[in-house]
Formats: sequence, structure tokens, C-alpha cells
Amino acid sequence: MDQEKSSPLFTAFKYLTIVLALFVVFFPIYSVFVGAFKTQMEYYQSSSLALPHDFFNFDNFKKVYDVGDLGLGFKNTLIILVAAVAGNVVLGTMVAYALGRFDFKLKKPIMGMYLVAQVIPMVTTQVATFSVIQKLGLYNTMGAPIILYIGADVLQIVIYLQFVNSIPKDLDESAMMEGASLFKIYRSIIFPLLAPATATLIILKTISIYNDFYTPYLYMPSQKLKVVSTAIYSFVGPNAAQLNVISAGILIIFIPTVVLFLFLQRYIFAGVTNGAVK
Amino acid sequence: MNRLTYKTQRLLILFGFLTIPVLLSLTFSYYPAVSLIYYSFTDWTGTGWDMNWVGLDNYKQIFSEPEVFNALKNNAYYFVGGLIQVAFSLWFAVILTGRLKGKYGFRVALFLPYVLHSVATVIMFKNVYHLDYGALNGLLRAVGLDSWQQSWLGNPHLVNVSLAFISMWKYMGLNMVIFIGALQSIPGDIYEAASIDGASGWQKFRFITAPSIKSVLSLMLLLTLTGALEAFDIPYVMMLGANGTQTFVIQTVDTAFKYQSFGLASAMAVVLLIIVLIFIVIQRKVLFREGK
Repeated sequence: MDQEKSSPLFTAFKYLTIVLALFVVFFPIYSVFVGAFKTQMEYYQSSSLALPHDFFNFDNFKKVYDVGDLGLGFKNTLIILVAAVAGNVVLGTMVAYALGRFDFKLKKPIMGMYLVAQVIPMVTTQVATFSVIQKLGLYNTMGAPIILYIGADVLQIVIYLQFVNSIPKDLDESAMMEGASLFKIYRSIIFPLLAPATATLIILKTISIYNDFYTPYLYMPSQKLKVVSTAIYSFVGPNAAQLNVISAGILIIFIPTVVLFLFLQRYIFAGVTNGAVK
Repeated sequence: MNRLTYKTQRLLILFGFLTIPVLLSLTFSYYPAVSLIYYSFTDWTGTGWDMNWVGLDNYKQIFSEPEVFNALKNNAYYFVGGLIQVAFSLWFAVILTGRLKGKYGFRVALFLPYVLHSVATVIMFKNVYHLDYGALNGLLRAVGLDSWQQSWLGNPHLVNVSLAFISMWKYMGLNMVIFIGALQSIPGDIYEAASIDGASGWQKFRFITAPSIKSVLSLMLLLTLTGALEAFDIPYVMMLGANGTQTFVIQTVDTAFKYQSFGLASAMAVVLLIIVLIFIVIQRKVLFREGK
């Protein structure tokens, strides 16, 4: 963007602020990283900044994985994630096709309904949502978070509606000339061409569902239904576990999204840019 | 299906594709919002379905108990933190969009906190802030600033700042990437033309960059404000709202689930909903007026 060279002093200042920011970002991560490999004695006796004696000491990782129910947490999170994201993709593309391609009486009201739903803050209506979930008999089942991630969020509709308009209508028309059914047009033309939007949606939803604490905490208190968020939360809470073991748990939980991010950086940057400025 | 006329197919598609999503949205967005308002006029405890109409009692209670609005003071910490965070993210977005070696790597590094698991991040900071074994006090000792050591979560004057900092740490990179997206959509030749006319770096920022990112900036400020009003995760996971850290939402959740007063909690949620909606309307109004 800026084609001009700035003064060396100003460039130095830019780098200085970046170095400071990098330090602030990585310092906490560094501290849990070194802490995770320390024995209990070492953690409480050595400086919190010192490197561990043995980087191959995986005891803490084993311990937190077993005692902290992380295996169960990952399994449940994955089930909820796959079901919710699949539901979002299917229903989101269907709504976008119906609203983006046809004119009908209820079109405006439905569009308006989604626009208004977008501004209702979920966290405020949670008290009443809770009673809906109870009435439906979904309390303490995986159905609760799955249906809430699908039904109470409008992100997928916003993303797909933007995108469906950029698919040329000629494609539909020529398919109709060849006698394709409308369902076939949705399945063989619209759905595949929405793939970039689907990629964005999957990434944004995966990050937000993996991170969500509120929904599973409120709707699935059962031990067997622990997800990653609630597993680490209850491990840290009452057990008052050792800080070195907790550090190992934090690292394990960090890994999945970091790996995802490093491989899909470009899509994630594009996704948050498009997803935020709706 | 091929034998059906397109008119019939169209009906089938509209009906088949929209019924379920519309029902879901009505059930999980609209019905809760409407019943929330209804519950707010009752004394419902949340267990069983017995409830009596109590009129405006819940609202009177909210506005007569200073405690409820005291919680909003704690939300203010997250708002101020959010403003600082927006300023930082704009700075880094500007310098990482310009000519700078390594800018792509820096973008990735600064964005990293956003993808880290939120609960694990809070717990990480719990370790970092630990009075005796925490890395922050360890660092201060290591550089000889022993007297700066603090009980970051124990000191009631400091705890909300410590918590708001976590939010800044996590979301700065996200805001930065959104700003970068907005900055990159400004065509480069405008800057070239300005350079030819002899504009300084600051003038270019003031007269080209700033106006072009106005709408993103106003959206970001709105999100900062609503995000601060809805702050919940960080103080709840870290402290369960103890030591004077409860925010408005923590108070609402506790009122509902801990103290079994769903009616009162609903009224609190309605108050919050109205505050948030007012700010959204203001933002849209301001944006539309300037957009003319």
C-alpha cells in the first residue's frame, strides 16, 4: 500500500513495537510450555522462566490426559462439532438457495427475521433458552449444544447469502433448459460452487464451537458429557491440581486449533475478514 | 422429480428448504426473546412451571439495588481495555500492511492468541498471574523489579485490569486482521497520487486511510462495547466472579441458576438486551447519516 520509504528511525520504532508485542504474545505461552515439562518439585523450586531439566518428561501430559478426562472431552467435542457444522452447512446452503434464487411473498419477512436475529445477543436470552431446551427434553444431552449451534446462530446464512448472489444465474437457466430439476440444480451446481463459503464457515464454526464454554457448561453438566472446555475447567477447579500438570493440559488443548491455523492461515484470515464485516 | 412442473418444484423447494431453518430460528432466537420478556414480569424460580404475575416488581428491584449496576462498573474495565486494544490493532494493521520485512510472519504471530482455546487461555493466565510461582512475578524478579511484584488476582484494585488484559491479549490480533482486510481494499494508486502531491505519511493516514476504514472502525467500536457488556467467560472461569469481578452477565446467570430467581434474572437480561439494542441502533444511525 504505502510505496514510500519511511525514515530509518520510524522503521526502527515500528520494529520496536512489533518486538514488544511478540514478547507479550509469547511470554505466557513460553511459561506454560516450559512448565509442562517440569516435575512438581522442579516447578515449585526453579524459576518460572527456567527451562525444564528434561524435555522428554511427558508424565504431566499422561496424567492430565487420564485424570482430566481430556480423551472424553476431545471425543465429545468432535461429535458435537461434526454434527453442528454439518447441520450448518446443509441448512445454510438450503436457505441461501431458496432465498437467493426465488422471489416469493414471504421472502422479505424471512430475510428480515434473520437480520433481526443477528443482533439479538445470545448471551442475554440464555435464561429463556434454557427453559426451551428443558421443555424439548434436550437438557443434559449432546442434542442441546448441537441444536443451539445450528438453530440459534445466523452466521452461516449471512455468509452463504452473500456468496450465492455471486454465482451466475445463467448456470441455473442452462441447467433448466436441459431439464434438470431444481433439487438437482441445488445439489450439483449451487452446493459445489458454494465451497469457498463452506470452507470459511467450517473454520469459523470450528474455532467458535471448540472454544465455547458457556453452552456445554450450562446445558450438559453430566460427567459423561464433558467437552474440552468443561473438562479442563473442572480439572482446574475443585481438584486444585498442580500447576505443572495444568500446564501440560493447557498445551494439549492448544494444539488442535494451532495446527489448524498454521495449515489454513490464508483461509482463516479471509474467513474472519469476511465473517466479521457482514 | 423431473416430471413435476417447475412451478410445483419451486413450491416444494421453498417449503422443504425453509421450514426447518425458520422453525429453528423461531424456536431458539425469537421464542426465547419473547418469553424472556414474559418471565421478567413473573416470580418464576426456574424449577417447575408455577409462576405469578408480579408486574414491574423485578424491574423496580433492579433499579433500586445499587449492586446490580455496580457490576456494570466491572464491565467498564473490559470496555476501556477494548478501546486500547482497537488502537493497538489499528497501529499494527497499518504498519503490517505497509512495506515491512517479515510482515506476513508477524501477522500470523500476532493473530495466534485468537485461535488458542479460550478456557485454556484463561487458565494459562491464572498460572502466569500466580503470586508465588507465576511467570509475571518471576519475570519482574529476574529483571530486578522485585518491588513491582503484585498479587495480580488478589489485589481488588488490580484484578479487573488483569482480567481485561486477557481479553486484549486474545482479541488484538483478530481486530488487526479485520483492519488489514479493510486497509487492503483501499486502491494503492490513491496513495501514489497523494505521494506525488507531496502528502506526508500522517496526512495520508488522516485523509485517505482513516475515512476508508470508518465503517469498519465504527463496527469494531460497537463490537467492543457490546462485547464488554456481555463479558462473562474470563471473570467466570478465572474467579467465578469472586473478589469484586462479577460482570452483569455473571450476576444474571447467578441470579437465575444459583439463587433460583428466573423472573428477576429475566428482567436483568431484558435490561441488558435493551442497552445493547440501543447501542446497535445508534451505531447504524450514525453510520447511515455519514454514509450519505
